[in-house]
Amino acid sequence: MKRIISILIENKPGALARVVGLFHQRGYNIETLNVGPVFDGSYSRMTVTTRGTESDVEQITKQINKIIDVIKVSDLTEGEHHEYEFILAKFKHTDKILKTLKALNGKIHEKNKEAMVMSAWGSSSEIELAIKTIGKTNLIELVRSGSLGLHEGIKVLKI
Amino acid sequence: MKLSGGDLLMRALKDEGVKFIFGYPGGAALHIYDSIFRQKALDHILVRHEQGATHAADGYSRATGKPGVALVTSGPGATNAITGIATAYMDSIPLIVISGQVQSHLIGTDSFQETDMIGISRPVVKHSFIVQKTEDIPRIVQEAFHIATTGRPGPVVIDIPKDKTDPSILYTYKRKKEISLRSYQPRVIPHPGQIKKASKNILSAERPVIYAGGGVILGNAHKELIALNKLLKAPVTNTLMGLGAYPANDKFFLGMLGMHGTYQANMAMHHADVIVAIGARFDDRITNTPSMFAPNARIIHIDVDPASISKIINADIPIVGQVKESLAALIKEIKRSKIKMDSEALESWNIQISEWRQKHGLDHDRYLSQFKSQMIAPQVVVQELYHATSGNAYVTSDVGQHQMFVAQYYHFNKPRRWINSGGLGTMGFGLPAAMGVKLAFPNQEVVCVTGEGSIQMCIQELSTCLQYNLPIKIININNEALGMVRQWQDMNYGGRHSASTYSDSLPDFVKLTQSYGHIGMKVTKPSQLRKTLDKAFSMKDKLVFVDVYVDPNEHVYPMLVAPNGSMKDMWIKKNTKA
Ligand SMILES: Cc1ncc(C[n+]2csc(CCOP(=O)(O)OP(=O)(O)O)c2C)c(N)n1
Ligand SMILES: [Mg+2]
Repeated sequence: MKRIISILIENKPGALARVVGLFHQRGYNIETLNVGPVFDGSYSRMTVTTRGTESDVEQITKQINKIIDVIKVSDLTEGEHHEYEFILAKFKHTDKILKTLKALNGKIHEKNKEAMVMSAWGSSSEIELAIKTIGKTNLIELVRSGSLGLHEGIKVLKI
Repeated sequence: MKLSGGDLLMRALKDEGVKFIFGYPGGAALHIYDSIFRQKALDHILVRHEQGATHAADGYSRATGKPGVALVTSGPGATNAITGIATAYMDSIPLIVISGQVQSHLIGTDSFQETDMIGISRPVVKHSFIVQKTEDIPRIVQEAFHIATTGRPGPVVIDIPKDKTDPSILYTYKRKKEISLRSYQPRVIPHPGQIKKASKNILSAERPVIYAGGGVILGNAHKELIALNKLLKAPVTNTLMGLGAYPANDKFFLGMLGMHGTYQANMAMHHADVIVAIGARFDDRITNTPSMFAPNARIIHIDVDPASISKIINADIPIVGQVKESLAALIKEIKRSKIKMDSEALESWNIQISEWRQKHGLDHDRYLSQFKSQMIAPQVVVQELYHATSGNAYVTSDVGQHQMFVAQYYHFNKPRRWINSGGLGTMGFGLPAAMGVKLAFPNQEVVCVTGEGSIQMCIQELSTCLQYNLPIKIININNEALGMVRQWQDMNYGGRHSASTYSDSLPDFVKLTQSYGHIGMKVTKPSQLRKTLDKAFSMKDKLVFVDVYVDPNEHVYPMLVAPNGSMKDMWIKKNTKA
């Protein structure tokens, strides 16, 4: 099962490598990874998606929590949550692609005879579908933010 | 007064109460070495290999409970230290390893003796720091000691680029009153609700077993463990790392459990209805096949590390907290509880256990009777050692059959006396670890029980022992083979001894020891054993290496049947399952 794990981590050199290294060390895979400083910039928020059973994820979150630089960890998939992914794509445009991306909050950034650059965002399943729609033959370049997640409602992950 | 980076480091270490630094110099560490030369508070012990420095610091820590400190140079110095760091990491030993690094502006340029120490040590440290500003050195040292010694302890690396210890760059030394890290707040006090649940389950048990590990020793909780069992009168077993946490001579002690645990300990675990795991981590050398582990037991698991709980075996009642505080709370709750243990059930459980003990327990008499035989049984060497040291020595060991024989036959009644590499199983650990212990306790008997394979991995430290006058006793259980490897080959590979023997090329250990300036003795006959050991131990201020030739065909038993076995499935002697 897909899991979305949110991590608050000190913004210190090498901190990110400790998290990434841990997944490898413990035999788990990272599917997507997003990180950036938040609030005063002294710490970052990461969103990591991975696959595993309930007990796998319990182990992963416990092990991540043990990393000294990690301030807080939460498995968003345990409860209601928001999950979005952002993409930037360069492709040979067709009307069908345009329509699909427009439906995903698409924005055109560049357009010429050969190709078109658009951004879009949506749930990761919507994004997967959109990438399929663009198709291998039309797609020239693609960059994904990886999942971004937040708890729904009053539940928050902060210091 | 303003101090250089090296002097700041010395001052910070002194303020942490450090007495010894085990180290080896080199280019990137030379500023630090000059600071060492110019101070008097700390003694530097020059080892002969950086692995020895980390093991010696580790042995010092295991024996004293204080963190050990090692200092190495960049590049090869740092990589040589890795085995020792990993050894400490696996057994949760607090260690501070300071590594010199190339100058900041050279980092990343493949400069001379440059290695990414933070990178290569990352999977085997609790935490690591690279010094970016000289003035940060005191704070980093303070944080490193705090992290290494609290929660689940472990090694911490401090990597210091050479320019940060430049003697011309000076700062005022400052020390914080208290260290508080927002990202690191280990839980000390257990949850009261969980303690209540645990107490209820323990008191309702008919076949309880206490399974205590190294966490009891690391958490200085052996007194609480003994107090708990004064109330419960339940059978207690210790892991390899936990030996000494509960007195081996107590009638409720089952001996060690696991791969080479006693028959009664493994049987008791398998048939228990409640297992109280304390500072133990259900290692695969304990549980055998996890799905077949203790099928009828409720598991209560006390540990300071939440990640150890329900990692291998699901805990019915997890308790996260320091072992000492948790046991104290549990004792209080049990005393307060109105539930009385079913004493009849407990009685018949203890009778069942004595029957197991009678049937296949370690047979001490049988081995003593082998005195009449031509060859020395390795188990007898350990028994004779116990005799010669009145069971009071600090005993370090290496890895292999000899290590298991010590665990089985040297009865540890006190914590911190048994010092071995359990988690990583590092051959070469024993001698340098013994140096650390001897420095900590110069007036105590310190013995390294080793094998002719393991001792050759750090034999060069005999030279360190001469330099610092460390009269350790080394007992080499010489079976002329990598005995444990050969045992597995006997049992699982049709007796094909692939790369496990070398009897035609062993050194003359007596001469070898003599050339290092110590005393060597050789024993080949059972009748010489006691006399030789007594003589060796009578030489108080000499390092004596006793090379004991033993029966090379001896195996370690019991041994859990694997794969696809449970804890009740054991080989109890050659070709015989219980
Ligand atoms: C550094 C290292 N390399 C290899 C091993 C694998 N190993 C485990 S026991 C053993 C044999 C040890 O031989 P010896 O020290 O003579 O002890 P014995 O088993 O004969 O008592 C070996 C090679 C190890 N534990 N550590
Ligand atoms: Mg051997």
